[in-house]
Amino acid sequence: MQLRAEGISRRYFRKHGEANYFEAVRSVSLTLESGTFTVLNGKSGSGKTTLLNMLAGLLIPSEGRVYLDKTDLYALEDKDLSGLRNKRISVIPQGRSSVDTLSVYENILLPGILYGGAPQTEEAENWMEVLGISGLRNALPAELSGGELRRMAIARTLTASPEVILADEPTGDLDDDNTTVVLTAFQQAAKAGKTVLVVSHETDAEAYADRIYHMNNGTLE
Amino acid sequence: MKHFSLMIRNLTRRPGRTTALILLTAFLAISVFCGTIVVSSLRHGLDSMENRLGADIIVVPAEAESKVSMKNLLLQGTIGTFYMDASALKKVQETEGVGRASAQVFLSSMKADCCSVKVQIIGFDPENDFVVQPWISESLNRPLSDMEVVVGCRVETDVGNNFRIYDRSCRVAAKLASTGTGLDTAVYCNMNTIHILLQAAEEKGISHKIDTGNDSDVVSAIYVKVLPGADPGVVNNRLNGHIRKATAIRTAGMITEVADSLSGVSRTIAVLIIAVWVLALIILLIVFSMMVNERRRELAVYRLLGMSRKMLSGMILKEAALCSLTGALCGTAVGAVLVFPFTTLIETSLKLPYLTPDGGNVILYACIAIAVTILAGCVASARTASALSRVDPGTTLREGA
Repeated sequence: MQLRAEGISRRYFRKHGEANYFEAVRSVSLTLESGTFTVLNGKSGSGKTTLLNMLAGLLIPSEGRVYLDKTDLYALEDKDLSGLRNKRISVIPQGRSSVDTLSVYENILLPGILYGGAPQTEEAENWMEVLGISGLRNALPAELSGGELRRMAIARTLTASPEVILADEPTGDLDDDNTTVVLTAFQQAAKAGKTVLVVSHETDAEAYADRIYHMNNGTLE
Repeated sequence: MKHFSLMIRNLTRRPGRTTALILLTAFLAISVFCGTIVVSSLRHGLDSMENRLGADIIVVPAEAESKVSMKNLLLQGTIGTFYMDASALKKVQETEGVGRASAQVFLSSMKADCCSVKVQIIGFDPENDFVVQPWISESLNRPLSDMEVVVGCRVETDVGNNFRIYDRSCRVAAKLASTGTGLDTAVYCNMNTIHILLQAAEEKGISHKIDTGNDSDVVSAIYVKVLPGADPGVVNNRLNGHIRKATAIRTAGMITEVADSLSGVSRTIAVLIIAVWVLALIILLIVFSMMVNERRRELAVYRLLGMSRKMLSGMILKEAALCSLTGALCGTAVGAVLVFPFTTLIETSLKLPYLTPDGGNVILYACIAIAVTILAGCVASARTASALSRVDPGTTLREGA
């Protein structure tokens, strides 16, 4: 499995400033192979999240294409792209990503049931245990701390067990112990054949990575 | 956990929002159901009155109009104790253009020891009658014997009971179906019985005699059906010219008047229903629009996890439909509780014939109210569903909206 970006750029129009647009990502080409743990670092505002969203099929590039194997993501209909995002690519976004009307356990099982699949209860139990949130099984997201919410989102992705894991600052809210647990879990996932990309402005993840990219002012170095 | 369970959780774990939606849709359902039932009851009442009336012209003593409104006589069964010489019937029958003519004699019982209840008593001639008899035949399929009465549906007695009027005992032979008018509180008997009762009333000091001094020679009203092809207006004029001390009145004018009143009431109710709907739809649209911001992040998560725009719109619409269904069922039930126990009050307030539709039609109107309310809820949420399904999940979640 291969996730490949070919010359992708993303421009945002703006009313003020010297130019009437701002180029968040500039002609980036990148290939993520299965079985590799890749880290993408860079300063805040360097375009990391924009690049991740484009790779995830969440943000249409202004230029260029994104392929999952031979499938051009943005040539797909919304229904097919959504299905692909549900089954093959999982994103851990930067902000809160919980459905507040569902319990922690229900949130973790959610991707599996959206398309009528059987709930992955064993995997969910396992990852909740590994990430130390078993005791919060029936809690609602409003009752959780930022770190617990983050671990819930990570457990949801690991339970869904997709081919591609794209994580945006996954350890931002975590203490050192939990950071180690999460990065180890990602490393193991990569060793098991998954494609893992972690976007971070910190250096913690680099020790676990197979490849490290640096992003600066919208370009990849 | 299936999609339906997801929807139920979304609704039950946001009780404030869900309750507001259910209350609004219930309000819509109440207005539709109650409005439809009231308008339909008024139309049904008018139809019943037209079907039962059968007469083109009523001839009454000249002084009758000063005693009772002819419209009330016709519609509300408010009879008066006025009499004219029975020979007027013969003169009416001989008038050119008159097809059938049938007389009635009116008498009121008293609220006193001599009478079981205070009612209006109407004597008619079963052989010639075409006004009351067809209606009575629906409840009694044999001729009415002497000292037998048929009672309106709201007279508090049962078939087989004896009924005391001016110390004379009358047996209740049948109870009539509802007409939605004051005739439902009247008692009907044949001419022999009414003359016995007139005599009994005389003994109690209630005089009804006119110049003839003979009970059997009085009538209160004569109902006229004109010959096919005859102009009721022309016949009416002829009757007014031929018969002394009597007035001929066309019923069509009265029905038209009532129909006009009914149209006025129906229009007012329709305007009220439309006003309620416009208001409630605006509020629904505002509530759903507010939901766009409130649920933006939640729905971005669904998109992130792989829900397509179509699935997301479908989920929002289904949630709206579920709330609307609950509101519609509650609203229709509350509407029924509001409208049916107060039938008499509504009838009295509107002063129009009011006859509640039968069970089948009530169920039909309830189904219509429920369907229309669900549709309104879905239409109001459609814009929101479309807007929310286009939420950009990446940006929304990053902004922490």
